[in-house]
Amino acid sequence: MLYRENGQFKTSYRADQQLLPVVQDRWLMLGLLAFAYLGLPLLASEFVIRALIVPFLILAIAVIGLNILVGYCGQISLGAAAFMGAGAYAAYNLAVRLPGMNFLIVLLLAGLAAAAVGVAFGVPSLRIKGLYLAVATLAAQFLLDWLFSHVKWLTHDSPSGSVSTATIELFGVPLQSPLRKYFLVLTVVCTLALIAKNLVRSHAGRAWMAIRDMDLAAEVIGIRPLHAKLSAFAVSSFYAGVAGALWGFVHLGSWEPAAFDIDLSFNLLFMVIIGGMGSILGSFFGAAFIVLLPLFLNQAPRWLGVSLSTAAQSNLESMIFGSLIVFFLIAEPRGLASLWAKGRQKLRIWPFPH
Amino acid sequence: MPPDSEPLRARWPLIALAALLGAGLAAPLATGAAAPGFYLEVLLGGLMSGVLYSLVALGLVLIYKSSGVYNFAQGAMVLLAALATARLSEVMPLPAAIGGALLMMVGLAWLVERLVLRPLVNQSPIVVFMATLGILYFIEGFGQLVLGNDIYKVDLGLPKEPAIVAQRWFDGGILISREDLVAAGIAAALVLALALFFQRTATGRALRAVADDQQAAQAIGIPLGRIWFIVWSVAGFVALVAGLVWGSKLGVQFSLAEVALKALPVVILGGLTSVPGAIVGGLIIGVGEKMAEVFLAPALTSGLGVAGGGVENWFAYVLALLFLLVRPEGLFGERNIERV
Amino acid sequence: MPPDANATEAGAARAGGRADPRCHALLEVRDISLSFGGVRALEAVSFDVIEHEVRAIIGPNGAGKSSMLNVINGLYEPQRGQIWLRGRCFDRMRPHEAARMGIARTFQSLALFGGMSVLDNIMAGRNLRMRTGLLAQALRIGPAEREEIAHRRFAEGVIDFLEIQAHRRTAVGQLPYGLQKRVDLGRALAMEPSILLLDEPTAGMNLEEKQDMCRFILSANDEFGTTIVLIEHDMGVVMDISDRVVVLDHGRKIGDGTPEQIRSDRGVIDAYLGVAHDAA
Repeated sequence: MLYRENGQFKTSYRADQQLLPVVQDRWLMLGLLAFAYLGLPLLASEFVIRALIVPFLILAIAVIGLNILVGYCGQISLGAAAFMGAGAYAAYNLAVRLPGMNFLIVLLLAGLAAAAVGVAFGVPSLRIKGLYLAVATLAAQFLLDWLFSHVKWLTHDSPSGSVSTATIELFGVPLQSPLRKYFLVLTVVCTLALIAKNLVRSHAGRAWMAIRDMDLAAEVIGIRPLHAKLSAFAVSSFYAGVAGALWGFVHLGSWEPAAFDIDLSFNLLFMVIIGGMGSILGSFFGAAFIVLLPLFLNQAPRWLGVSLSTAAQSNLESMIFGSLIVFFLIAEPRGLASLWAKGRQKLRIWPFPH
Repeated sequence: MPPDSEPLRARWPLIALAALLGAGLAAPLATGAAAPGFYLEVLLGGLMSGVLYSLVALGLVLIYKSSGVYNFAQGAMVLLAALATARLSEVMPLPAAIGGALLMMVGLAWLVERLVLRPLVNQSPIVVFMATLGILYFIEGFGQLVLGNDIYKVDLGLPKEPAIVAQRWFDGGILISREDLVAAGIAAALVLALALFFQRTATGRALRAVADDQQAAQAIGIPLGRIWFIVWSVAGFVALVAGLVWGSKLGVQFSLAEVALKALPVVILGGLTSVPGAIVGGLIIGVGEKMAEVFLAPALTSGLGVAGGGVENWFAYVLALLFLLVRPEGLFGERNIERV
Repeated sequence: MPPDANATEAGAARAGGRADPRCHALLEVRDISLSFGGVRALEAVSFDVIEHEVRAIIGPNGAGKSSMLNVINGLYEPQRGQIWLRGRCFDRMRPHEAARMGIARTFQSLALFGGMSVLDNIMAGRNLRMRTGLLAQALRIGPAEREEIAHRRFAEGVIDFLEIQAHRRTAVGQLPYGLQKRVDLGRALAMEPSILLLDEPTAGMNLEEKQDMCRFILSANDEFGTTIVLIEHDMGVVMDISDRVVVLDHGRKIGDGTPEQIRSDRGVIDAYLGVAHDAA
C-alpha cells in the first residue's frame, strides 16, 4: 500500500531516465540525506563517527571504484589497495611540496595520479583476461608496495615510506574534530556516488557491462574492448586514489606502506562480492558489513560470556569472511544488494503475497 | 583466431624477452661483479628455492588440469598440511602424524567438493576463482585457530649441514644444501609420478576430459563429483609433501601461505596445464628472484638512489606479467582457441 | 573462378537486366580461404553483394557459412583473399572496424548481454554513435543528457518496429527464445548498419515467429534500405525473401544466382537439397 508506483506515469524520456523515478524513493533519499547531515551528528558519539562511520564512508568510495571494475566491467583486480596507496602518497607529496593547496584540489589530483598509475598498469595488462589479469594486478600491488618503501622521492624522503600528515584546512577552517572530518567525507562520498550512478547508466556504463557479459559481441557492435576496460580501470583507480588520500589524511593521520597491503585489497574485493557486484548501493552494504563484522566479533563473545584472544578473533574473522564469500557466490551472487532488491519487491506488492 | 600461420616474426617478443633474461643472468659474471664461486652458489640456491615453488605449483596444475579451476587456496593447503603434521608430531611418531595430516587433507577435499565445487558447477571460472579465495581465508583462519599460530618444527630427519663441493675449481668450494638436494629429488619423483598418472591411467584421462569440457565429460558418464574429490585429495597430498619439505627448511609458520602466493607466477610461466611446466617455471622464478635480490638490488640502489632489498617481493610477479605479454599460455601450456 | 559456379554477371543478366554488379557491389569477397589447424573451412570463395539486396547463403551443415560471416565481420582472419567494401580493399577486418563501417550482425547462438535489460541491449547498439566524453557523462550535464535522450528516442523506434515495447525493462535472460532473437536483431538495427549479417535468424522458431521475423527483415530492407546477408536453412524463407543466393558446400561455392536458378541447379540439388522443394 505504501510503496506503489501506480499513477506515476512518465511522459518524457528525461523523466523516465531519472535517477529516482519513483516518488517514494525520492522522499527516502531526502530523508536519508537529512539524517546523515543533521540526525547522525546529534545521535552518534564522536567515537562512533570517528571509528565506524568515517572509515565506512571512505572505504565505500574505494569499493564503488572496485565495483565499477569488477562488478560492472567484469575485470578482476587483486591490487585495489595499492592504488589507494598511490592516491595517499600523491596527496602527501602535494600537501608537503605545495602547502596551502586547497584540500579538495589535493583530493582531485590524488585521484588523477592514481588513475594515471592505473592506466599505466592497465595498458599492458588489459589485453589478457581473467586469471591472468589477476596476476597483473598482483604485480601492481607488490611493485607499488616496494616502490613506496624504497624509492625515497615518492615519499618525500621519509624513512621506509612512513609519513604523517598535518591537520587538514579547508577554506581556512581547520578540520580537527571528527564531526568536521565527517562532513567533508560525507560530501565527497555523496558527490562521487552520484557521479558513479551517472556513469553506469550512460553509454560508458553500457559499454562496461557489454564487455562483462560478452566481450566478443561488444566488439561486434563497435565497442573497443581495450578502450572500455581502460576507462573502467582509470575510473576505478581514481576512486581508489581519492579514497586512499582520505584514508591516509582523515582516518589514519599517519601511515606506512603496509597500510595499503594485499590484505586490504582482498578485503575490498570481499566488500564488492558480499555487497553485490554491479551495484552502487551494494558497495555501501559491503563496506558497512566488513567494517561492522570485526566490531561484532569483538562484542559478541562478551554477550555470550565467552572470551576470545585477539588472535582467535582475527582467525575467526578470516573463517567467517571465507565462508561468507563462498556462501554469497553460491546463494546470492548479487550480494546484499539483491537481498535488498528482493525485499523492496515484496514491499511493492505488500500486503499481497505476489 | 585460426592459428594456422605462426610465422617467426610473431615469436620475436618471446625471443627478445629470453634474450633480456639471459643477458640479466649473465651480467654479474660478465661484468665481474661477482666471483664465479659465489655466483654459482646464488644460482644453486635459486634453483633449490625454485624446487620448493614447483612443489606448490604442482598441486595448482593438478587441479587446473582436471577442473579448469585455479585454486588460490593451494598455498593455504600447504600451510594447513604442514601445521597439522607439526602439531600432530608433538604427540605421535612422525609417520603417524603425516598419516593424520593426509587424512585431514582428504577430509578437506571432500568438504570443498561438496560445499563449494558442486554448487558452483556451471559458473564462470572467475566466480570459482573467487570462491577459492574464500577457501583460502577460511583455511588460514581455521588452521591457525585450531592448530595454533606460532612457528613450529617439522623434523624429517633431513641432513642439515651443507656440503662443500668442487673445492678444486673454486676458492673454498661451493656450498650446497644437502637438504635442498633431497627436496629436489622428492620433487622429481613426484613430477614423474604425476606425469605418468595423467598420461597412462584411465583416471588421468578422465581428469583431462573434465578439464577440457565439463558438460561433455558428464554427458559420457564421468562422475564429476568423485573426480573432483580425487583431484583435490591428490592436490592435498602434493600440498602435504610441499609443506613438509618447506616446513622442514623454513619452519612452519603463517608466512608459508604468503610465499605460496608466488605459485601463481610459476604456473603462468610454465603453463597452467603442464606438470613439467610447473617445474621449469618454478626453477626460473627461483633463480630469477635470487639473482635479482642479490645482484639487481644493489644496481638499483646505486643507479636509482633506491634503498636496499625487497626485490624478491615483486620480481616473480613482474616477470610473470612480462611473460603474459609475450606468451600468455606459458612455456608448455596449450593455446586456447575460441570458436564463435 | 571455380568452373562449377555460375558467374555473377551471367546470373545477374539472367535475373533480368540488372546493371553490372561490379558497379553497385557494396561488398565483395574475393578468393577467401580459411583453415583451422588443418581443417579447411573455406576454400577460394568469391561472391558479391549488391546494395539494397537480400543475399542468402545456404548450404549443408559445416559448409562454412558462419565462418564466411565471421570473415566479413572481422572475427576470423582469412589466410588468403580480400574483402572489398565500398570499393576499398581489406586483407582482414577487425570487428569494431567492421562495425564502424556499417556492418552489423546477429549470432546463431544469441550473443545478448545477459546482465542488461532489453532497452539497455538495444541502447548498446547506439554506443558507436554516442560521442560525449567520460566527464560529461559523469556530471550528466546538458550535452550528455540530450545525447542520451536522442539515442533513447531512436532505440524506442527500433523497439516499436520490433513490437517488444512491453519487455523493454526485462532482463534479456528471462525472455523466451523468439523474443531474444528479436532483441538480437534490434541491437543490430540500432547500429543503423548499411549491411546486416544475419546468422540463421529464424532458427528454432515456429511458423508464426518465422513470419514475424521475415516481416521484420523485409521491412528493414525496404524502409531503411539495409543490405541483408543471411544464412538460412529454411528453404521457404530463402525462396520467399532473398534476391540472390550463394550456395556453399564443404567450404566451396557451388552455386550463385537467383533462388529459381539455384532451385533448379543440378549440382546444388545433388549436394544439398535432395528433393525439389515447393516454394510457397
